[in-house]
Amino acid sequence: MISHRPHLLPTLSRRGLLTGLAVLPVSLRALAAEAELLTFDGLYKSFGVLGFQFSDRATALRGKPVRMIGYMAPPLKPESHFFVLTREPLAICPFCQSDADWPVDIVVVFMRAATPMVSAGQKVAVSGRLEIGSSTDAETGFVSQIRLVDAGFHSV
Amino acid sequence: MQKRTWLMAAAMLASVAPATAQTIYPLNRAEILEGSRFDFKVEFPNAPASADVKVTINGKAVNEAFGREAQFVQNEEGQKHSALWLRGAQLPAGQYVIEATQGNDKATVNWTVYATPERKAKNVILFVGDGMSVAHRTAARILSKGWEQGLYGGELAIDDMPHMALISTSGTDSIVTDSANSASAYTTGHKSCVNALGIYCAKNALTLDHPKVETISEVIKRKRSGMAIGVVTNSEIEDATPAAMVAHTRRRSDYNDIVKMFFDVQPDVIMGGGSPNFLPKSTPGTKRTDDQDFIAKFKEAGYALATTKTEMNAAVAGGSKKLLGLYNTSNIDGAFDLRLAKKGSISKFPDQPDVVEQTKAAIEMLKGAQDGFFLMVESARIDKYSHSLDWERAVFDTIMLDNAVKVAKDFAGDRNDTLIIVVPDHAHPISIIGTYDDDRPGQLLRDKLGTYADSLPPNYGPRDADGYPTKVDTSRRLAVAFGSYPDTCDTGRPYLDGERVPAVKGPDGKTNVANEKDCTLPLATRKQGNLPFDANSGVHAGDDVLLTAMGPGAERFRGHKPNVFVFRVMAEALALGGK
Repeated sequence: MISHRPHLLPTLSRRGLLTGLAVLPVSLRALAAEAELLTFDGLYKSFGVLGFQFSDRATALRGKPVRMIGYMAPPLKPESHFFVLTREPLAICPFCQSDADWPVDIVVVFMRAATPMVSAGQKVAVSGRLEIGSSTDAETGFVSQIRLVDAGFHSV
Repeated sequence: MQKRTWLMAAAMLASVAPATAQTIYPLNRAEILEGSRFDFKVEFPNAPASADVKVTINGKAVNEAFGREAQFVQNEEGQKHSALWLRGAQLPAGQYVIEATQGNDKATVNWTVYATPERKAKNVILFVGDGMSVAHRTAARILSKGWEQGLYGGELAIDDMPHMALISTSGTDSIVTDSANSASAYTTGHKSCVNALGIYCAKNALTLDHPKVETISEVIKRKRSGMAIGVVTNSEIEDATPAAMVAHTRRRSDYNDIVKMFFDVQPDVIMGGGSPNFLPKSTPGTKRTDDQDFIAKFKEAGYALATTKTEMNAAVAGGSKKLLGLYNTSNIDGAFDLRLAKKGSISKFPDQPDVVEQTKAAIEMLKGAQDGFFLMVESARIDKYSHSLDWERAVFDTIMLDNAVKVAKDFAGDRNDTLIIVVPDHAHPISIIGTYDDDRPGQLLRDKLGTYADSLPPNYGPRDADGYPTKVDTSRRLAVAFGSYPDTCDTGRPYLDGERVPAVKGPDGKTNVANEKDCTLPLATRKQGNLPFDANSGVHAGDDVLLTAMGPGAERFRGHKPNVFVFRVMAEALALGGK
């Protein structure tokens, strides 16, 4: 099947999913201390049906280290180099279910290395460099507008 | 049944016969509207050559029967089968026997192609209560009409109709259906399989290649230039039920393709949520993966655009006859949040119309169409809130559907030219089992449950002018049980802080576990799920659903009918048959 959507579809291999170990995520408190805290509410200046505009603060922090707090969306794999950060905990895994969809105000987190994921009910603090602008991930075809790259996270 | 018997016979001869039989689409016992278009396909296992197979229709060769040339594709898509195709076939009314022979094996299907009698209705309004089950209906009546000594304070608009039928909703592949193929049954008259819209589920690899069947919108556009079409929902407009009006795909989540299909068919009034799939990929907030700007395209095609209730009403007042109304990036908030809780996305989208206001606006824009109109209205979140086991929200949206039906009934009045049908697309396993009474003794939620003689009526707050209770978090509340659930914590109270999230993904990314946030609330009771571990919410039920109808053509509904019969009644009322 060909993906027509900006989503990872279940065509991705889910084999070997159970090999992940219950290793605690890397603690990044030291790095986090230097980064500016950006909230979901503070990301946008306008948020409308016809698209949204990033806030002046978010635009100013482009390329700089920031910290965000949110919920890890149900990941496709127990260990991954990226995950989706959402404002509210997501019950449904849009990666896994054909009739589920992402909220619009997601932030995609790309980590420095593949990292074991935590429960989707868990609040996480993420630190990383803020990227803004439409980008299509070469590997997955996932289109995102805002990203934290070279990131790490810990449960809060 | 014939096919299944054949399959069993084939299985018994496993060493000599192919593992699967020839498959003929449309499937056995299809009932097809005369002149409606469908893709005819036969799949032959083991990739035989054209010379090794034979297909006849009432004993005639395919090309002769359809009056057009069929294409034979050996080894289709590199798969281990060959296929005979004739896209866009049409047939005159009659009984048809289709035989596909391959070596010593013969598969046979029967079709009925039906003509339609003289036109009875100028307009048809189809209301779909997504997932609406009997308990939603009963609870909506208790909440919005009141209950005293075993009698209700009034009738629901959806109940007060002269005709009724029990509708079965299964798809071709499974006992329990989803909203894609069940809606597709209403809009095409053909059954399909889970996640599919406007197609038969064949072996094709690409979701858009499967054999298509015509939707009622397409039939109307092709045959009746003076008729207008409306599609109204409070889900994303690309979601299964509204998409069934225009779409042909094996995968309901092909939202970007579905937007294009809406544009190809161009229903006159299109209203719902789900704007991101209309925006080019360069726009922040888009979900498209290409540069097509469907907002601009619809505007160029003469559509007014509304993104709020105010803009919708202005378009109506300004005399617009074509409207693209997109009121939310996701689903439009349900009545519970619009009126009481103010959660969901109300703060982001403070001026969204509800289904009642949308219905009023749609009828206002469509009613001037010289040859009548076909309007589909969905109350979508009855289903969505039932998945999240949030029955109060589901029942508020049932009341909202009822109020929308009232608008349609007021329009139909004494005109006697408008067929109104109210039907769910499938059920949820939901039942009213008593009432929770905080004043009952005991420390546990189950101690608070009054059953039988103790199921005293609830003491919800006074109802507003539209029949919604103004307070639901009271001391005595309906006890509504769902028959399917993941690991979860029940609280027996409405979720005023936002839609219930019954379960969340566990650390393994697969298994779902109870949402601990609910487990610490007063009286919270931990329940071990009865669903497979990968389920995170309640599931649909295979139970039949109740259809009610009024107006010309509605008299056809009685007893028990398959869901595809709804299409037939609408097609007959509008006399859509013929070459």
